[in-house]
Amino acid sequence: MRVTQGTFSFLPDLTDEQIRKQVGYCLTNGWPVNVEFTDDPHPRNAYWEMWELPMFDLADPAAIMFEINACRKACPNHYIKVNGYDAAKGRETVALSFIVQRPKHEPGFRLARQEGPGRSIRYAVESYATGKPEGERYPESETGPRR
Amino acid sequence: MDHARIDGELLDIAQAFKDSSVQEVLDELDHQLVGLQEVKTRIREIAAFLLVDRLRREVGLTAERPVLHMCFTGRPGTGKTTVAMRMAQILHRLGYIRRDHLVVATRDDLVGQYVGHTAPKTKDVLKKAMGGLLFIDEAYYLYRRENERDYGQETIEILLQVMEQQREGLVVILAGYKERMDEFFRSNPGMRSRVAHHLDFPDFTPDELEQIAEMMLGQQMYFFTQPAREAFRAYLTRRMALPDFANARSVRNAIDRIKLRHANRIYSGSGPATREDLARIDATDILKSRVFQDLPGDPPSGEPAGAPSRVGERGKNAI
Repeated sequence: MRVTQGTFSFLPDLTDEQIRKQVGYCLTNGWPVNVEFTDDPHPRNAYWEMWELPMFDLADPAAIMFEINACRKACPNHYIKVNGYDAAKGRETVALSFIVQRPKHEPGFRLARQEGPGRSIRYAVESYATGKPEGERYPESETGPRR
Repeated sequence: MDHARIDGELLDIAQAFKDSSVQEVLDELDHQLVGLQEVKTRIREIAAFLLVDRLRREVGLTAERPVLHMCFTGRPGTGKTTVAMRMAQILHRLGYIRRDHLVVATRDDLVGQYVGHTAPKTKDVLKKAMGGLLFIDEAYYLYRRENERDYGQETIEILLQVMEQQREGLVVILAGYKERMDEFFRSNPGMRSRVAHHLDFPDFTPDELEQIAEMMLGQQMYFFTQPAREAFRAYLTRRMALPDFANARSVRNAIDRIKLRHANRIYSGSGPATREDLARIDATDILKSRVFQDLPGDPPSGEPAGAPSRVGERGKNAI
């Protein structure tokens, strides 16, 4: 199941050229860009690990592509996203955030039901991948669903 | 049929040259820079080569991007940074770099203070320069032969890697004194082979320096009287003999100080000043310079007290 989080996530994966253009858009707006990665996908998990530091004062998207590629190399089968932060007074928030890499196989989410008082039911979603410890969730060798 | 194709391409060359508007930059270079004939010719050659190379790639004659990294050698104030800025424009207009920005860096910006500090620092500068031009001033300081554990070596390795890949659209220009750059390349043969163009900036002749001075004054709406012109020539001969003479940069600083003395003369003078008075530089404004007062026991510094130090003399627009 495809995780849909951030902008463009219902579209087919962006090509590098498209990523470069989106990053260029961030830079022309003067938004510092950072790269984040995780192997703990969850609709409510917005705090991913940061790849290096946020990048300020850059003129060209090449530098960010360079870091994205470095992150891809280090985490070949993780989720990676790029954030553009708008520091303008009054906004001060992430203005654009999109996924630039996802694991080759995303096993999807399990719906857990918990019996509450008075026969009420509480629901929870849990990624099948998070059953394993961090770093082992999306093995590099795993390229698709095993049949 | 074949002829028609070639004809079409011939037309393309003229059109491509016009489209790139490189000629404008080259003309500007001619106008704004006095002398430096050899450098100008080399730049023209490089521009022509790059244009032809681009056309060749368009028709599928070659696939490899030419090596663009350069080395500018010359004494201080000979116009290296100014030419580098023009080079950025030329490369940008020909489409070899994505933007015409120039990032100037020295050893301090690239090399760290302790283990593990250098690589992020160098990468930071490289990232800032990506898509444009990185100008490394006094590049030979990166390598210190006397200290083999110097962190400069790490910077050189990272630089080499980025220069080799050329993927990020980064062009590096190394600059510095000729002899010391030669030595730098001798100790770093890898660097030498990755630098395609070596441009040597000769010192300006006194005539050229005078021309530069006149041009600077003209831009700032001042003018020399005839005696002032002669005084300035005398000033130049004396100034050039001093050890810290930095060509056009020294001329610019001299003019700044002449302007100060001029203002002081007008201020302390009696009576109202005319429009002409405000623009005219007299010989007295020049002759008051320290260079003319070689008092015994006084070190010939060439700079009046409180003048910017040599470090402060560094500037972006040496012209």
